[in-house]
Amino acid sequence: MLETEEVAKIATNDAPAPVIPDDAEAGSSLWQDAWHRLLKNRLSVLGGIVVILVALLCLSAGFIAPPPDVQNLDLHETPPSAAHWFGTDTLGRDLFSRVLHGGRISLAVGVVATLVALCIGVVYGTVSGYYGGNVDAVMMRIVDIIYALPFTIFVILLSVFFNNDQTRDRINHVLHAVFGPGVTLGSEFNIILLFAAIGAVEWLTMARIVRGQVRSLRRMDFVEAAIALGVPTRRIIFRHMIPNVLGPIVVYTTLTIPSVMLLEAFLSFLGLGVQPPNASWGVLIQEGAKSMEEFPWLLVFPGLALSITLFSFNFLGDGLRDALDPRASKD
Amino acid sequence: MFKFIARRLLETIPVLFIIITGSFFLMHAAPGGPFDAERRVTPEIQRNLEAHYGLNQPLHKQYTDYLARLIFHGDLGPSFKYANRTVNELIAESLPVSLQLGLWGILIAVVIGVSAGIIASLRPNTATDYIPMTLSMAGVCLPTFVLGPLLVLVFAMRLRWFNPSGWDEPSDYVLPSLTLGIYYAAYLARLTRGGMLEILSQDYIRTARAKGASETRVVLRHALRGGLLPVVSFLGPALAGIISGSFVVETIFQIPGLGRYFVTAAFNRDYTMVLGTVIFFAVLIIVFNLLVDVVQVWLNPRLRFD
Repeated sequence: MLETEEVAKIATNDAPAPVIPDDAEAGSSLWQDAWHRLLKNRLSVLGGIVVILVALLCLSAGFIAPPPDVQNLDLHETPPSAAHWFGTDTLGRDLFSRVLHGGRISLAVGVVATLVALCIGVVYGTVSGYYGGNVDAVMMRIVDIIYALPFTIFVILLSVFFNNDQTRDRINHVLHAVFGPGVTLGSEFNIILLFAAIGAVEWLTMARIVRGQVRSLRRMDFVEAAIALGVPTRRIIFRHMIPNVLGPIVVYTTLTIPSVMLLEAFLSFLGLGVQPPNASWGVLIQEGAKSMEEFPWLLVFPGLALSITLFSFNFLGDGLRDALDPRASKD
Repeated sequence: MFKFIARRLLETIPVLFIIITGSFFLMHAAPGGPFDAERRVTPEIQRNLEAHYGLNQPLHKQYTDYLARLIFHGDLGPSFKYANRTVNELIAESLPVSLQLGLWGILIAVVIGVSAGIIASLRPNTATDYIPMTLSMAGVCLPTFVLGPLLVLVFAMRLRWFNPSGWDEPSDYVLPSLTLGIYYAAYLARLTRGGMLEILSQDYIRTARAKGASETRVVLRHALRGGLLPVVSFLGPALAGIISGSFVVETIFQIPGLGRYFVTAAFNRDYTMVLGTVIFFAVLIIVFNLLVDVVQVWLNPRLRFD
């Protein structure tokens, strides 16, 4: 293999333009391999592109769409047209703009909760897997117990507690005492609080996956060698363990974001999540369902936005799983 | 086997205890008393109401009282919103409707899901595999709260085949059960396909074919039993999902089931009702999971040594 590359290099010496990249003989790293495998999976690539597009559209909503809360009562409930791509709602607000702005809340909620879950899960799983023995047994027992809790019901319980103006008032009270009266949480913080709490419940699967990986890495020769050389535990964990479990972490993160977004939409649809005038896709779907008989586009567009995004995230996640962990791939 | 069941039962007790204690204190710490939304009442009436519901007692006393009544009498206390009704009565009244809905939903899920999964697994990576699997991916991604209104829009409002809401005649059962079942049908289809593909590549399937068993017999008699193992283990979490699905479906179709009561109670901050329903659902799910575990160990003796 190396020989042919050498030959190829010599052969291209006189060629007008070098076609072989500089690192050609360096071989391809695990990540490059995975990247190539991912590119071969067309559905995942499509999923990835759609996810990026949706995220960019939502982030630039302020520039490309009219403000979401401008009411134009002359224009209420107009069907989709060139001026209003997704039509207008019962108050004459531009639905395209509302969908984009709602997407920001939906995506933000998915990312916040996933990050909280990620941090807790990775640290917990690594500690449990690295120390093993009784520490592991106790820590995993706790995970098993929390796992048995009925999750959605627990989330509704949390939403009753956190998604509550009086809870925010209490927190504001504490914040004022500590940081002075300038620091106040607005109404959109209810939902952030709620999803930080959901993230704090959602970390279990992450902890289990990381723990399994760390446990098998722990017995590998290079870790034994690091221990024998007297490398401090913290360094072993951050330099040797975490980079090696990055693959499953990336995969699982990609799959957690859509499941949290679905949860947010579920709660908002029931009226227990994001509250108007803030609008997420769940709120828009709920509002759309109320008036769908006369104005079906009010339901169809937010529903499509949510479904397509979830669909794309799942395809991307599946593709990443196949690419990063060929052994775990299905069939 | 007995030891296994005993151990699982013992594990259940701390879980239940944590759920009851956690929910109790969360609900009691939640701000906004149950009577805030009502008209302002005079302080005397407020005091009388609190005394009536035991809210004037210290919190730890309320907790031990609640626990004692729950354990010894199965009593979940009075509802704050529905005057003179107990949580037990409300659950007893609405549960049968939810059970009916859940059973129809599971039936649809199993019939559609398992058959689609088998069909897909027979010729992997051909059209008969891709079409059901892409549809099932769509089914997994289309949330109940989008699918439900869409079904109502098309089949009830435009085609007028069904009533858009209610739970009175048998035709009213169709759309809610479909809404609830399709997600699980899609999920089950994927699980069944995976399980069947693994089994169909085993040696004993080749042996069966070599002996001249017909393809139908190989699939239905030899492979299906093993291929359904992942489906059984899925039934545990499915119940929890069917319950949360019932929240949405019962809200969309205005079905007077427990799910709708629970959501309304959470919305109205009827704390005793929320607490009681959470405990009821938790017990239901945990007991069901225990049963599923036992059935699994019974089906697959290798698990016994775990």
